[in-house]
Amino acid sequence: MKFKSIAIALALTVSTPAIADLTFPNLTYRTGAFAVSGIPYADGFADYMTLLNERDGGIGGEKVNYIECETQYKVEKGVECYENTKGEGSLVYQPMSTGITYALIPKATSDGIPILSMGYGRTSAANGKVFSHIFNYPANYWVGASVVVKHMLDENGGNIKGKKLALVHLDAAYGREPIPTLEALAKKHGFELTTIPVAYGAEQKSQWLQIRREKHDYVTMWGWGVMNPSAIQEAANIRFPMDKFIGIWWSGSEGDVLPAGDAANGYKSLALHNTGNDFPIYADLKKHVYDKGLASGAGDQSGTVLYNRGIYSAMLVTEAARQAQKKTGKSKISPADMRDAMEAFSIDEARMTALGLPNFAPSFSVSCENHGGNGIAAIQQWDATAKTWKMVTDFIEADMDVISPLIAADSAAYAAENKIKERCG
Amino acid sequence: MLYREVGEFKTSYQSDQQTFPITSDRLVVLSLIFIAFFVIPFFITEYMASAIVLPFLIFGIAALGLNILTGYCGQVSLGSGGFMAVGAYSCYKIMTSFPDLNIFFCVILSGLVTGVVGLAFGLPSLRIKGFYLAVSTLAAQFFLVWAFTKFPWFFNFSASGQITANERLMFDIPVSGANVAAPVAYLICLIFFVSLAFIARNLTRGSLGRKWMAIRDMDIAAEIIGVNPLTAKLSAFCISSIYIGISGALLFCLYFGAVEAGDAFGIDKSFLILFMIIIGGLGSIFGSIAGAAFLVAMPVILKNIMVDFLAWPVDLASHFEFLIIGALIVFILIVEPHGFAMLWRIIKEKLRLWPFPH
Amino acid sequence: MPAEFYYGVEVFLNGLMAGVMYSLVALGFVLIFKASGIFNYAQGVMALFAAMTLVGFQNGQIPFAHLINAALGTEVHHFGWTLPAFVAIIMTLGVMLIFAFLVEKFVLKHLVNQEPIILFMATIGLAYFMEGFGDLMWNSDVKRLDVGIPKGGNIWVEESTAFLGGEDFYGFYLDSLDISAALIAAVLVGALVAFSQYTKTGRALRAVADDHQAALSVGISLRTIWVIVWAIAGFVALIAGIMWGSKSGVQFSLSLIALKALPVLILGGFTSIPGAIIGGFIIGVGEKMFEFLIGVPFLGGATENWFAYVLAMVFLVFRPQGLFGEKIIERV
Repeated sequence: MKFKSIAIALALTVSTPAIADLTFPNLTYRTGAFAVSGIPYADGFADYMTLLNERDGGIGGEKVNYIECETQYKVEKGVECYENTKGEGSLVYQPMSTGITYALIPKATSDGIPILSMGYGRTSAANGKVFSHIFNYPANYWVGASVVVKHMLDENGGNIKGKKLALVHLDAAYGREPIPTLEALAKKHGFELTTIPVAYGAEQKSQWLQIRREKHDYVTMWGWGVMNPSAIQEAANIRFPMDKFIGIWWSGSEGDVLPAGDAANGYKSLALHNTGNDFPIYADLKKHVYDKGLASGAGDQSGTVLYNRGIYSAMLVTEAARQAQKKTGKSKISPADMRDAMEAFSIDEARMTALGLPNFAPSFSVSCENHGGNGIAAIQQWDATAKTWKMVTDFIEADMDVISPLIAADSAAYAAENKIKERCG
Repeated sequence: MLYREVGEFKTSYQSDQQTFPITSDRLVVLSLIFIAFFVIPFFITEYMASAIVLPFLIFGIAALGLNILTGYCGQVSLGSGGFMAVGAYSCYKIMTSFPDLNIFFCVILSGLVTGVVGLAFGLPSLRIKGFYLAVSTLAAQFFLVWAFTKFPWFFNFSASGQITANERLMFDIPVSGANVAAPVAYLICLIFFVSLAFIARNLTRGSLGRKWMAIRDMDIAAEIIGVNPLTAKLSAFCISSIYIGISGALLFCLYFGAVEAGDAFGIDKSFLILFMIIIGGLGSIFGSIAGAAFLVAMPVILKNIMVDFLAWPVDLASHFEFLIIGALIVFILIVEPHGFAMLWRIIKEKLRLWPFPH
Repeated sequence: MPAEFYYGVEVFLNGLMAGVMYSLVALGFVLIFKASGIFNYAQGVMALFAAMTLVGFQNGQIPFAHLINAALGTEVHHFGWTLPAFVAIIMTLGVMLIFAFLVEKFVLKHLVNQEPIILFMATIGLAYFMEGFGDLMWNSDVKRLDVGIPKGGNIWVEESTAFLGGEDFYGFYLDSLDISAALIAAVLVGALVAFSQYTKTGRALRAVADDHQAALSVGISLRTIWVIVWAIAGFVALIAGIMWGSKSGVQFSLSLIALKALPVLILGGFTSIPGAIIGGFIIGVGEKMFEFLIGVPFLGGATENWFAYVLAMVFLVFRPQGLFGEKIIERV
């Protein structure tokens, strides 16, 4: 009991909230089992925020207050970070972890702070009628699954009857997310679906021997952490054609393909945004951030897939804040203004070109009913000799006829369980 | 001077055998409980609650449970995370099947369910001992977590595979789910914590506790003097699992609000709870509580000092956090291998003689 | 013979190979447990740390670069050289030796004669410390490890067995990395056995393993022996780290391979080197065959995590000291 009181006293003195500026907290994981993915994302996010402050003096005249909080990808730490930073006027949260997202969905909704879970978290949160404060634009896992199938259709002239698709997935809720969508699509297009769960990421012999035996035409992967490089290595080992192996956007970064070396050449993954550092914004980043020694972390992540995702995600929330300023006419906005702006959010090619990100990501818009954007993703491919990812398709629209009923059903179940009334008229 | 037993005369067996026979002990504990119930609820903020106090109370309950099994009965278990998951998922199933049941009953019932599961996984302990047992309890850990993510019945066939605590009202105040006010969540956990600590204290002083300790000290000798190892070991497994199940249920419905077995109840939880009781002191109620307080508060304090005070980059701070906690664990074990409980005992001895130690 | 049968054989062979990989980790545990009765939980983290150090030396990374940069405001990351694998391995061995020395000096020396669970706990503290220290020293990014061990399906094995199973059968699949691992493991075990049987230090090691106090009384320095044993365990950890790191890159998850070694350990017995190898085979084959025959067809797969433990537990119920463990004799 003695220790407890000391702890509380310390915690009290240490965390005094300071309300100022436009606050964007970012829950990062630069250590722990998934640091590999956490570091580049956090660097990209931080560098974009630094750029805004250094180049433009913030957003609409208000400095950006960027808070990083380390979660180690653990739910407890995420909740601690949320409670620690929400008093500082945080505008929007990006939990960067499925577990933390789920824990924060009810908390943030009752606190009135919006959450943007970009390409992860709860898929059915795309239904704005039920999830008032949760946004998961521009794409979610079910969109991803559908885009994979669309890509198969494109490669086979629109007919994939009798083809065999294997889903290699992490044996967790996240890994099982695409199964209902893929099952529905399998029925629609007449392909065969096999689901192959992976229990222990670093050792996947059984799984890949099964794929070798059953001779699947395509493999898609919902992997995470060490599972990704191991799977790519094993696929190369059994000489599975790498261009028929398509991972989700969390299985498609440099850290996933580099350990396998040349064997990973040709591996494909879904992409939420374009790759590389061939964008005007990088000139600005170099001038205002890198050269001033303000780069986040070790400064060696520039141009990687997840670094770009960090930039993209920072861009999406800061643009929403800008739109909120325009709409409300005041420069200091509240989380509620932010939420309203996110619900009316739209971004197009012209605006992204102005930001120095031409041809970087799709245009989309959000509405009260639809918090998930238009459901668009592209496919990128790894070139092992040049060590770069290249986009090999345009942005592909998902088959919303299949996905919408699934979203409606899952969110209806959540609404019933938690007695939520539908919004939006 | 401040703390002494001189002048305490016991005139009945009852007063000689009460939980805290020394008056100053009793006064301190009672006043702490009074403060905990009637003062802290008015001051507690959401940050304090969710960063330190709630996890402390919840893991404190789990540590009490594991200490019963490991500290008192000598059976090392690494399956606590799995048993917490049983508590959380049975709480979810009970809450969704009986929408009108009081939250207290839900939690207690899920504790009982966990007790039954714990009983089943305790059976091998009759043959297997020591580290061999510790590693084979990992079977419970991995199997249970696998089962909870594999069979959709456990999470009511939800596409997300997560379980979410839905809202419950008591006297028109939300007592579960996201809208629980910090003081309410705190009080509910505190009620469980204090009553379970009280029960543990008295269980371990009674005949059952003595049987456990006999088994711990040497099970063959205990068997010879008439302690039935079957009932003693299994009762320890069962009661310890009830505690751990209750803590899992509280973690789910008052702290996280939404969990997935693999994420929230992984092997790291099992280790965390084991750390708590070893750092705190095996076979001591105070030790479980002190150990839980230390391991919950330490990372938060370190983080706050390094990130907020010293303004270090968060990743450096996080690396140092690992480093410092590891070094502290080794240091504490070197200084006092029997944990905080032993340190406390030594301090009390000193206090008893102070200020005239000779 | 139907193809199904050959598939079974293939799974069996791959199970054996997976078993070797688990054994490599388990060996380190056995060495330390035998010599000092310590259940060294830090073995997995030691493997990670050794592999990180190896890659760091190979690529000429500057240790503690991030810390230095943050403290002094500099921008240093690399020395700008790359070392050949051989030199880097020798240097890493040096680091592991220093590490063993420090562990003895700062941890073990102070914990002589404590209960096993306290020692176990101390190694967990050590594991935490090394996790933080390793990240601080070499950063927590994923690193590619390549010391020239061949990787990929072994084509020769495949082609020479393709005729067995008819048209649908490609021939047996075996990973070259696993074959190398098996060879290295065989050499390693041979070397360890030779070391403990035919050298003076080895004899001292065995004496300590048999009876600490008797060994002390005939003049064997317990502390030197501990340093030696931890250094050897560090060497074994380095080999495990190289094999696992070549597979999927050097990153945090490498430290979790300890969890795969535990069932091997209890199955084989904590005190037996052959036990670690045989236990590895049984666990590897057991989990792969279970997944193939029962897991995938009936349980929806992903059974490998728990099956190894359940197998070990069921086994222990019949033989509580493991396969090759010393018989537990209890007296009142």
